[in-house]
Amino acid sequence: MPMLINWRDGAATAARDGFVTLADDAPLSDGDVVVTWARFQAEGALLIARGRRVGVRLASAESPEVLAPVLDALNLVALEFPKFRDGRAYSSARLLRERMGWRGELRAVGDVLVEQAYLMIRCGFDAFEPADASTPADWTAAAARFAHVYQRAADSRPPAFAEREGV
Amino acid sequence: MYLYDDIDRRMLADRAQEFRAQCARRLAGEITEDQFKPLRLMNGLYLQLHAYMLRVAIPYGTLSADQLRALAHVARTYDKGYGHFTTRTNLQLHWIKLRDAPDILDHLAEVGLHAIQTSGNCIRNLTADPYAGAAGDEVDDSRVWAEVIRQWSTFHPEFSYLPRKFKIAVTASPTDRAATRIYDIGLRLYRDADGELAFEVGVGGGLGRLPYIGAVIRERLPVRHLLSYLQAILRVYNLHGRRDNIHKARIKVLVASLGPEEFARQVEAEWEASDKPAVDLPHSELARIRAGFMPTGFEALPAVSRRFEAAKADSRALARFARHNLAPHKQPGYAIVHVSLKAIGETPGDCSADQMDLVADLADRYSHGEIRVAYEQNLILPHVKLDDVPEVHAALDAAGLATPNIALISDIIACPGLDYCALANARAIPVAQDIARRFADPEFAERIGELKIKISGCINACGHHHVGHIGILGVDKKGEEYYQLSLGGSGEGDASIAQILGPAVPAARVAPFIDDLVGVYLAERREGERFLDTVRRTGLAPFKAAAYADAH
Repeated sequence: MPMLINWRDGAATAARDGFVTLADDAPLSDGDVVVTWARFQAEGALLIARGRRVGVRLASAESPEVLAPVLDALNLVALEFPKFRDGRAYSSARLLRERMGWRGELRAVGDVLVEQAYLMIRCGFDAFEPADASTPADWTAAAARFAHVYQRAADSRPPAFAEREGV
Repeated sequence: MYLYDDIDRRMLADRAQEFRAQCARRLAGEITEDQFKPLRLMNGLYLQLHAYMLRVAIPYGTLSADQLRALAHVARTYDKGYGHFTTRTNLQLHWIKLRDAPDILDHLAEVGLHAIQTSGNCIRNLTADPYAGAAGDEVDDSRVWAEVIRQWSTFHPEFSYLPRKFKIAVTASPTDRAATRIYDIGLRLYRDADGELAFEVGVGGGLGRLPYIGAVIRERLPVRHLLSYLQAILRVYNLHGRRDNIHKARIKVLVASLGPEEFARQVEAEWEASDKPAVDLPHSELARIRAGFMPTGFEALPAVSRRFEAAKADSRALARFARHNLAPHKQPGYAIVHVSLKAIGETPGDCSADQMDLVADLADRYSHGEIRVAYEQNLILPHVKLDDVPEVHAALDAAGLATPNIALISDIIACPGLDYCALANARAIPVAQDIARRFADPEFAERIGELKIKISGCINACGHHHVGHIGILGVDKKGEEYYQLSLGGSGEGDASIAQILGPAVPAARVAPFIDDLVGVYLAERREGERFLDTVRRTGLAPFKAAAYADAH
């Protein structure tokens, strides 16, 4: 099972993954599950009715807006980076956080590398399944590389222009 | 010019430190070249044919004298004593050792220079009008807005892994000196009927394999909403631009496939839904940035300098330099002076460390300490008193920097081509040198008048061949370098894509071919027509007939 890293209050920590990610053709397992949007449409209502915690994993081409009607029923949203260079999930993450009001876990999955920690955290991700064997300490350090930021995003960091106003 | 404050400087220092750590891991073998590649590219470090190449950003083409001296120092200490100014107004150092790269970035950071976002699928270095702050025809200083965008786009968390690279140009003058129509986003600032500053927003211009002139998706954008509108464009592109085919990943392909109206509709919808005040700059910050570009130290002078007029009467060389390398300044008694990096027989855009030092010293003495880089690969001293032009000319001339050829046939844009670049199919530099030598006679060049030749060594079109009055594209024909010529392009306000003239010719035939084309023009031209105007009026037929006469 890949390591799960959580981001809370400015630090990364190792976390136990309470969810099992199910492929579309995998038999239904016990407990809390993360399924694709397609599988959620078929089985989601049933799973939730059985009292399970359910997450949806969106491929990078899937718009987060499809989740709007069911967001309240979800316990996790996972956004996929099929390659680290595929940056669609950064926009999807910001839309979920800033426009759709998603406050639950937002997990980065796929080709998730510590080099992109700073970007992911700024766009609102708070959980990561790193693909490069990086540790929570690596993530904490990578996220702190820049003392300042120039623009507002989904995190709470004040942009340079706000810092300048404060001086 | 805008001086970086503590925050700006800390950003550069943090970046330099990050890159030092990444280089150390690579040199220690902790990461492979494959893993290192995206990291070094994010810092403008390419691996080319012979060595590493470092592309240093020159934001919106504005340099202080101290910055140019720092570039000279780096070129002298870590490279072979010269650098190459590009059509993106960056400086490329072509002979860099990996172990030196962190020291170079530290050294550059000390003077507020860097290589941030000079590569990668992110928002690249900004381009603005090289005459900004000096041009009489501008409605505002385009560098103010370029600096606003520079800050917003630096390490942007959402837009660092776009489908493909992304380039933005800003002009604030009816004469487009920033080639905004061939940019991913071209911003043209004007005053509307109420006297308010507004942007005309063009999207989807670009060269390369699929040349496009950008489409206007919004005719009037109030300037206060610049950043929120850019965010909307970039978000639509980031989510919907193609990622399955690198050759179709630029925004121009998305705009063309949706159609500009539908693309504009999606941008407007995204923009309407966005939290504009969270993104747009507060007025106070805009005022702070603007203050950095306020003109200072101009003297009240008569519009005509008697000293300069007398010197011109005495020196045909100075008079010729004045005709071609000077542009009018908004301040009476001042001129914009072009420093030609197109000496006959030299590499277009190359500048030695000694030449950089000289230009920096001239800027300190005569041009308020400022230098500009034009996309035509020349330097500019933007604020020179007419009284001082004779001294500036003499000093430039002694250093081989006063060739009186701006916008003439030997002011050729050329990419580094196969002499340096791993992507090139053919050399560009020797072809440019051949043509320049053939038209070395300044009298003849002057008689031909404005003629913009642009040469690219491959289809990626770094040499802008699609928008040359004469465009030259290097192609590989069974292992031999051939050149395909096209006519009638322009990257300016009257932008157009050049049309291919006919079959490609070998290198040795290119300069004689240009000779034939010029001959047709001189025979066909009407009063006041530039080469481009004649081509547009007559079409390609007479040029084709003359140039390919031998082939029949």
